[in-house]
Amino acid sequence: MNRILTKKELNPTVTLMEIEAPLIAGKAEPGQFIIIRSHSDAERIPLTVADFDREKGSVTVIFQIVGAATMRLNSLSEGDSVANFAGPLGRATHTEGIKKAAVVGGGVGCAIAYPVTKKLFEQGTEVHAIAGFRSKDLVILEDEFRRHSTEFFAMSDDGSWGEKGLVTDALKKLIESGEQYDEVITIGPLIMMKFVCALTKQYGIKTIASMNPIMIDGTGMCGCCRLTVGGKTKFACVDGPEFDGHEIDFDEAMSRGRMYAAFEKRAREETCNLLKMDGNGGNA
Amino acid sequence: MAGREPKKHEMPTQKPEIRAHNFDEVALGYTMELAEAEAVRCLGCKNKPCVSGCPVNIDIPEFIAHLKQKDIEGAYEVISKTSSLPAVCGRVCPQESQCEHECTLATKLNLEPVGIGRLERFTADWHRNNKKTAPEKPVPNGHKVAIIGSGPSGLTCAGDLARLGYAVTIFEALHTAGGVLVYGIPEFRLPKSIVGAEVETLKQLGVEIMTDVVIGRTLTVDELFERGFEAVFIGSGAGLPNFMNIPGESLCGVYSANEFLTRSNLMKAYLDDSYTPIMKGGKVAVVGGGNVAMDAARTALRLGSEKVYIIYRRSLEEMPARKEEVEHAMEEGIEFHLLCNPTEVLGYKNENDPRDPKNGFVRAIKCVKMELGEPDENGRRRPHEIPGSDYELDVDSVIIAIGTSPNPLLKDTTKGLEVNKRGGIIIDEHGLTSRDKVFAGGDAVTGAATVISAMGAGKIAANAIDDALKGKE
Repeated sequence: MNRILTKKELNPTVTLMEIEAPLIAGKAEPGQFIIIRSHSDAERIPLTVADFDREKGSVTVIFQIVGAATMRLNSLSEGDSVANFAGPLGRATHTEGIKKAAVVGGGVGCAIAYPVTKKLFEQGTEVHAIAGFRSKDLVILEDEFRRHSTEFFAMSDDGSWGEKGLVTDALKKLIESGEQYDEVITIGPLIMMKFVCALTKQYGIKTIASMNPIMIDGTGMCGCCRLTVGGKTKFACVDGPEFDGHEIDFDEAMSRGRMYAAFEKRAREETCNLLKMDGNGGNA
Repeated sequence: MAGREPKKHEMPTQKPEIRAHNFDEVALGYTMELAEAEAVRCLGCKNKPCVSGCPVNIDIPEFIAHLKQKDIEGAYEVISKTSSLPAVCGRVCPQESQCEHECTLATKLNLEPVGIGRLERFTADWHRNNKKTAPEKPVPNGHKVAIIGSGPSGLTCAGDLARLGYAVTIFEALHTAGGVLVYGIPEFRLPKSIVGAEVETLKQLGVEIMTDVVIGRTLTVDELFERGFEAVFIGSGAGLPNFMNIPGESLCGVYSANEFLTRSNLMKAYLDDSYTPIMKGGKVAVVGGGNVAMDAARTALRLGSEKVYIIYRRSLEEMPARKEEVEHAMEEGIEFHLLCNPTEVLGYKNENDPRDPKNGFVRAIKCVKMELGEPDENGRRRPHEIPGSDYELDVDSVIIAIGTSPNPLLKDTTKGLEVNKRGGIIIDEHGLTSRDKVFAGGDAVTGAATVISAMGAGKIAANAIDDALKGKE
């Protein structure tokens, strides 16, 4: 059992939780993830570490309310405890020796892009952070990004925030204006990462993508999170979650991500109604 | 000996047509009368050949002698002297290749061996149902030992050390203790209440169990020593599932057996109100011939599949699964495709509609027939493809149960811990690794094997840890 120290609604569908977990806080690094279960009959879900405070002994996660598991997690309040919290899992983002980088985040993926951006910035790397959202009311962590990046580029699909366009438009413009990146790091929807990687491949820029496939145990036992990277089967939980973006089979990953779409839809509807009934899920 | 019954007494089971649709235990266990009648078949040999066939050396003729006298608690005391998990072993050990294989009735008299496993199960179940007294807490000896993993090797090592007075802490990565006994072996073969009771007994002995702690990540082996543990036992299990590396293995509907069984067992997807999704119904192909393959096939059947196939590249004779499980699977209507190997998993692709929800899902498995050639280095005859014998089986999901490879986590985070070329941790005959005071056993060392061999390894390591620490002040 781990206590929820802070709960903050970042936008109507994205929630931040700071959770008490001294051992994990002592170890966590940007790029790693934890496995969380809200209740003792809930699914195990992987959430990437959004922040950590080693002294306070807390780990922050940010999640989008997409299905039954995140809906139930979101029904908990400050002071409540989650049933299980294990980690930190996966390999940390490799940041050593990078002099200049572009970090490209999309949607709730920005929750993961932010700690990576911050770590690079704090070690003295010149960081261009590009964040994309559908519209202004979905924006998260804007101030944090601005404070911890050399330059910040805001993009929205409808033009209600920053510039109208896709993150790839911004990245392309920067590359073509002569910016020389040692590495591009991208975190967001699979389709966005696929196009970021396709773009950087044209220019031969090393690109790392952070993958978030369906997982169960998250510790290297079940093989559910497998993906194909460079023609080989890799496991996101132990080999990743970050991989060479030019080698990832994104189409396969997108197809596998839809495996339980029908089940999820049903579970979401049922859970939604349940939470409405007991009055916990006003924003679900 | 004249009049000795030639066959083992059958153990009552649920009828196949009924049990194929529920998750209740298949085998119901001996009654008192059956147990007595079976116990009488034991010759009580002085040289006890059966004991040498038991990886944890249970004094088999001795416990059966107590059963002959209807002293069941006495029998239990004999078993529990050397085995921490008798109710589990009675159910999942491959007795036909261990204790019962050495039984004089079989080796000298050409009769069926004594049903040792069935008697062990009877004894353990009787104890659990009739004796509610907690075991006496041993006198602490002041030494601390850490155990990584709460599967059969870890639980055994912990139990043996706790009985000697050690302060034992088990670190488990998952949210429930039991390892493969809870995530892998299904309810109908090993009820989780039995695993829970065995774990509870260890807690009563003073063993502390910390779940949600991933050693190698949350804490490292070196940090365990810094925290005052004087020895560490690694029983972290088999690790990541192997795949066949054939086209189509990433289609939706292709599972590793570990994933399929974890969803059903640990995450309770077999219950109607579970939050964990699993593909149910339709036709299922399970690839492999071990106990895990049988468990996956029979789980799929119980989840409502209309047809379940086992696809195995050798013949029934070479099948590594426990005999009873193969028989049960056949009785339940699972169709065996022997001498048959998958070459491709085929998926749906609607060229006219990229949004067809079936796109990316399994539609069939392509196989080729095999024949057996010369024996390989393990003495098993090596299968060869018969050219041109390809055929397709229409299926909706495929479960791959062809073994596992060790998880690299502990090797990568423990300096000086040596592994072999397959990734298994290297140990000496006492279970000691290349690191001082770090011991290992079970699947993390051998690769996927049996519950009882893991228990045997846990026991050897517990003795070695005791030897290494007891002289120390």
